[in-house]
Amino acid sequence: MKAGSISLAMPVRLPVPLILGLCIIGGAVILALFAPFIAPYDPILQDTTNTLKPPSRAHPFGTDNFGRDVFSRVIWGTRVDLQMGLIGVLFPFIIGNTIGAISGYVGGIVDTIFMRIVDIVLAFPFLVLMLAIIAILGPGIGSFYIAMALVGWVSYARLIRAQTLVLKHSDFVTAARSLGFSHGRIMFRHIVPNALVASIVFSMSDVVLVILSGAAVSYLGLGVQPPTAEWGIMIAEGQNFITTAWWITTFPGLAIVALAFGFSMMADGLGELLGVRE
Amino acid sequence: MDRFRFVLYRPLQLLPVLLGISIITFVLIRSIPGDPARLLLGTKSTPEAIARIRAQFGLDEPLWVQYLYFLKNLFNGEMGTSILYRIDVVRLIGERIGPTLSLVLGSVILAIAIAVPLATAAARNRGSLIDHTIRIISTAGLGFPAFWLGIMLIILFSVKFDMFPVSGYGDGFADRLHHMVLPCLTVALALSAVLTRNLRASMIAELSSDHATAARARGLPEGMVFWRHVLPNSLVPTINLLAVNIGWLIGGTVVVETVFSLPGMGQLLVRGIFTRDYMVVQGVAMAFACAAVLINFLADILTAAADPRVKI
Repeated sequence: MKAGSISLAMPVRLPVPLILGLCIIGGAVILALFAPFIAPYDPILQDTTNTLKPPSRAHPFGTDNFGRDVFSRVIWGTRVDLQMGLIGVLFPFIIGNTIGAISGYVGGIVDTIFMRIVDIVLAFPFLVLMLAIIAILGPGIGSFYIAMALVGWVSYARLIRAQTLVLKHSDFVTAARSLGFSHGRIMFRHIVPNALVASIVFSMSDVVLVILSGAAVSYLGLGVQPPTAEWGIMIAEGQNFITTAWWITTFPGLAIVALAFGFSMMADGLGELLGVRE
Repeated sequence: MDRFRFVLYRPLQLLPVLLGISIITFVLIRSIPGDPARLLLGTKSTPEAIARIRAQFGLDEPLWVQYLYFLKNLFNGEMGTSILYRIDVVRLIGERIGPTLSLVLGSVILAIAIAVPLATAAARNRGSLIDHTIRIISTAGLGFPAFWLGIMLIILFSVKFDMFPVSGYGDGFADRLHHMVLPCLTVALALSAVLTRNLRASMIAELSSDHATAARARGLPEGMVFWRHVLPNSLVPTINLLAVNIGWLIGGTVVVETVFSLPGMGQLLVRGIFTRDYMVVQGVAMAFACAAVLINFLADILTAAADPRVKI
């Protein structure tokens, strides 16, 4: 996209994927916020007279082995998984962008050290390093967030460092420097706001990765713990009943696919709108 | 010969990364509360054995000296003993490497077999309904959780149609192949979503490149231009893409091995975490990391061999 092609006089046409993504994510946010009012049943209330019932009018997604309503659990799960995706991206985003911007701006030995660390963390398979950290901290959602922060920051650091290296030599930074602005001001008021666009677009597709990882870690039993209604756990619990009750695993999985699709579309559309190619 | 000089030079560049991997695993395992000697020995921890291990690993020395001992033991192929299985971790990994290796290889082959036709159809009919459909499917495919996809395949092919076994590794070559179809398909479907998107992009770039135009100008039919000129050139970046995604692929196999109860390294890792078998966790994490580094190195060589312009 050419510079200045968005002007105030010209109405901005939003890309279709962006609108689609916003609708899906908006829907998920509403489900998460108003889960208690939308879900017809209590997500953890057991009803032993009503176990493993196939989808019906009373239970659109059927019931699980404890007689819990799968539909209500999927809705309540939106809360947990959406939160997992957003918090799981927030910490790597802050840490990675700070380190990357400093590394690129300062350069020299600081840059070399940080980039070697990035290389080493990237050498580890993402999920394996995360599982190793969770192994030491002990299973739980807190451990997942810490592991995510320790492993996920590297992509942001790399991305913003590359942007900073380019912007460092641009005219407006030279102008700011000749005005005698401090390094801190130049970095955080002039470079970072411009360099952040690529990171923001990437963070949308990163949410997909984080949600999938969070659900996978919970599926393995190392993340969110039962009886919390979380999609990964629901799939793990339902796996014991695949021969008789397909609905327990199918619906939470579809929920993950839908939410992930929303964020993928959002990333595509945002990239198109802001002229960022991954 | 010049472009192959890096074959000698690149391994030297790998050294700092491999050292870094060993430092991270060392720090990780030393962050566990408790006596490392006891951890290392597991249930065999008699006072004499603890004293021996303390001497062997220099546990009374400063941390950096301990790290050097750790490195020395690593070079001798000693990574401690599994608490659960009571055998050497290196041997344990050797026993479990088979299923993981066949899962990775099988799913890469299947993924290419799925992605090449899809990307071809999309790139050659750019902007058409086919192209849009394939794009939407592959975008949606990026968000498919591998563990869920695996279970869906089990419900469809094992429970409903009884074509493939639900789980396990099987005995004998044919039986194993039969057992590996669904796990490989699971990983391959997830992987082909990434591959298709990238392969399509590089095919479109190649289709409008000068050498393709030149081939058309020589009067070559479009099909020939595609198969002889466009496809081979678009596959080169795909090799790299596979290598870059190897970490993700390994993560996928860890989860899929659990879904299908395959006795591979991923299952070993997950069990190790649950049973607090830290030497196993350390060993498997390190083995996976080194494998990923090695595969990226091999991909660099392959790319250079396939594309004379590449200099490293």
